[in-house]
Amino acid sequence: MATSQPTTHAAKGEPILKLRGVSKQFGAVSALTDIDLDINAGEVVALVGDNGAGKSTLVKVLAGVHQPTAGSIEFMGQPVTLDSPGKALEMGIATVFQDLALCENLDVVANLFLGHELKPWALDEVQMEVRAWTLLRELAARIPSVREPIASLSGGQRQTVAIARSLLLDPKIIMLDEPTAALGVAQTAEVLNLIERVRDRGHGVVLISHNMEDVRAVADRIVVLRLGRNNGIFTAETSNSELVAAITGATENAVSRRRARKEELEQPA
Amino acid sequence: MSDPNKPAALDRSDSRVRHDEGIGGAIRAFVDRVRSGDLGMLPVAVGLVLISAVFASLNPVFLAPNNLVNLLFDAAAVGCISLGIVCVLILGEIDLSVGSMSGLASALIGVLWANMGLPVAVAILAALAAGAVMGMIYATLLNRFGMPSFVSTLSGLLALLGMQLYILGPTGSINLSYNSALVKFGQILIMPHWLSLLLAILPGVVMVVNGLSVMRRRAAANLSSPGLSVLLAKAGLLTAALLIAVVYLNQGRGVPYMFGLFVLLVVVMNYLLTRTKWGRSMFAVGGNREAARRSGINVNRIRMSAFMLCSSLAALGGVLASARLATASQQAGTGDVNLNAIAAAVIGGTSLFGGRGSAWSALLGILVIQAISNGLTLLNLSSSLRYMITGAVLAIAVIVDSLARQSRASHGRG
Repeated sequence: MATSQPTTHAAKGEPILKLRGVSKQFGAVSALTDIDLDINAGEVVALVGDNGAGKSTLVKVLAGVHQPTAGSIEFMGQPVTLDSPGKALEMGIATVFQDLALCENLDVVANLFLGHELKPWALDEVQMEVRAWTLLRELAARIPSVREPIASLSGGQRQTVAIARSLLLDPKIIMLDEPTAALGVAQTAEVLNLIERVRDRGHGVVLISHNMEDVRAVADRIVVLRLGRNNGIFTAETSNSELVAAITGATENAVSRRRARKEELEQPA
Repeated sequence: MSDPNKPAALDRSDSRVRHDEGIGGAIRAFVDRVRSGDLGMLPVAVGLVLISAVFASLNPVFLAPNNLVNLLFDAAAVGCISLGIVCVLILGEIDLSVGSMSGLASALIGVLWANMGLPVAVAILAALAAGAVMGMIYATLLNRFGMPSFVSTLSGLLALLGMQLYILGPTGSINLSYNSALVKFGQILIMPHWLSLLLAILPGVVMVVNGLSVMRRRAAANLSSPGLSVLLAKAGLLTAALLIAVVYLNQGRGVPYMFGLFVLLVVVMNYLLTRTKWGRSMFAVGGNREAARRSGINVNRIRMSAFMLCSSLAALGGVLASARLATASQQAGTGDVNLNAIAAAVIGGTSLFGGRGSAWSALLGILVIQAISNGLTLLNLSSSLRYMITGAVLAIAVIVDSLARQSRASHGRG
């Protein structure tokens, strides 16, 4: 299993997570085909792609929500199977899902600590509330009260709660699925700051976003998915049009058409 | 208190939130909650007062101390069953077979203890174990095959009833000895007055001691507290209400031990639901199962625990019912037992839609149900009318639950 394939990118830290040939099928539909992905410590990897490119499916595979149909996953050099969300969390892969996965009937504190409550047989509400406030402060979050049910919060506030929750366990990797989609200008900047802070602490960050500006602002590597396959790895210096071309799959068409036109022009000469 | 130099409490830094302080604030917060559809115990309290007033005016015997003592004796068995129903309702599931389960449990008591002569403790344990196994089966059907609990427990209702008739055999009913401890517990054992008075004071004392310690810890952590006056007022009201009730009951026979056991179970269940990780997980699974699963909660195990608890409590209810009636018969657990247990939980404020509820709803709900049943019996009304009225009360309770849910949604309270 442990094929020490040399990574093609200059690693900032040691590799945390390695995916090789991961595929996921839903019945006849291949949501992911033969995906390779490396996530290193202290590095932000952006996953971009069009709708239906398989970004969210890939995140769910890494979060243990879906099991891959084929391929291998290596975590800290050990081959692993992520067969439940609990296991992924335990290993240190925290996820902020696109649908946030919050319990609307519970308050903010209960949601933050869900599944990881302090003192399981006599909940330490005071300590949990203090830690909740501290964490939300660090994120410059504007949550009016942590004792209100999630149902009473706005979309942006819920997003913040979800991000705060993923950071609670000090994970090795944090995956953010469209974290800035519902946020205001200041909160988006806060989340980007936060991503950098998390990276500087040596965590790996996986960021999914449709917003190229956000992606280029923080990503060390930009991995493009198209129709469930790898479609190139770029850096923040890559031009916007190149990225868009890779995402939409227009490259081959445009490039081939150009080349064909050039060749046509050159032939008569 | 309001030292301007002191930094704002950790949870008081947002100026948009109104902070209710003192007794006035507590009352205002309560009114706000009710208006937004977070009714809590309010409907059941109002219902209990209304029902008592109506029945007392129709027949003064209703409020006589000894009638109320009887009412408490009767409430314990179905109350236990209802407590189990609360567990599965919080998950958004249902168990329709609790009546049959209680009937089977009482049949087991009759056969194992009265007929075969096994020790009573062994018979009770066997009944509880049968309940646990049945709950395990329901949970497995749900977890493994995705069989809705509505269907699995409906088939369980019939299967368990069949098993009850089978083990009772052709005789159909087994009488339990009136001299046995179990039947005495179910019919005559009453707490000494000093003990019942002590137990009436205890909750208030625990509330104050616990509240003070929480306040101290919150202050140390720079968090705000609702204030001493609110705590003392709540504890005082509770103690006064309990003392009046107990003193009044002591005018008659007193507080039954069997009812004490039921209240103890409610208190333990309340602790488990509100103060433990298991309870938190229960509400999370009921509120958003997928979110709970992604938080690392083992949803299958939570379901397993809830169904096992529900069926075991139903079995315990059956044991108490057989003790109350001093018989294990084919009629045990049939009729309105099922509906009464479910109605009690819903009337008490546990939502049929999952994610909301409390152990107290079993206690308050069963008092309402039992008051109706007792009052109608006193009026010499036939059981046909009793069924119709109980059915209507359940319908009203579900309508209130539904309306409150819509109101909560529009007020952003989940």
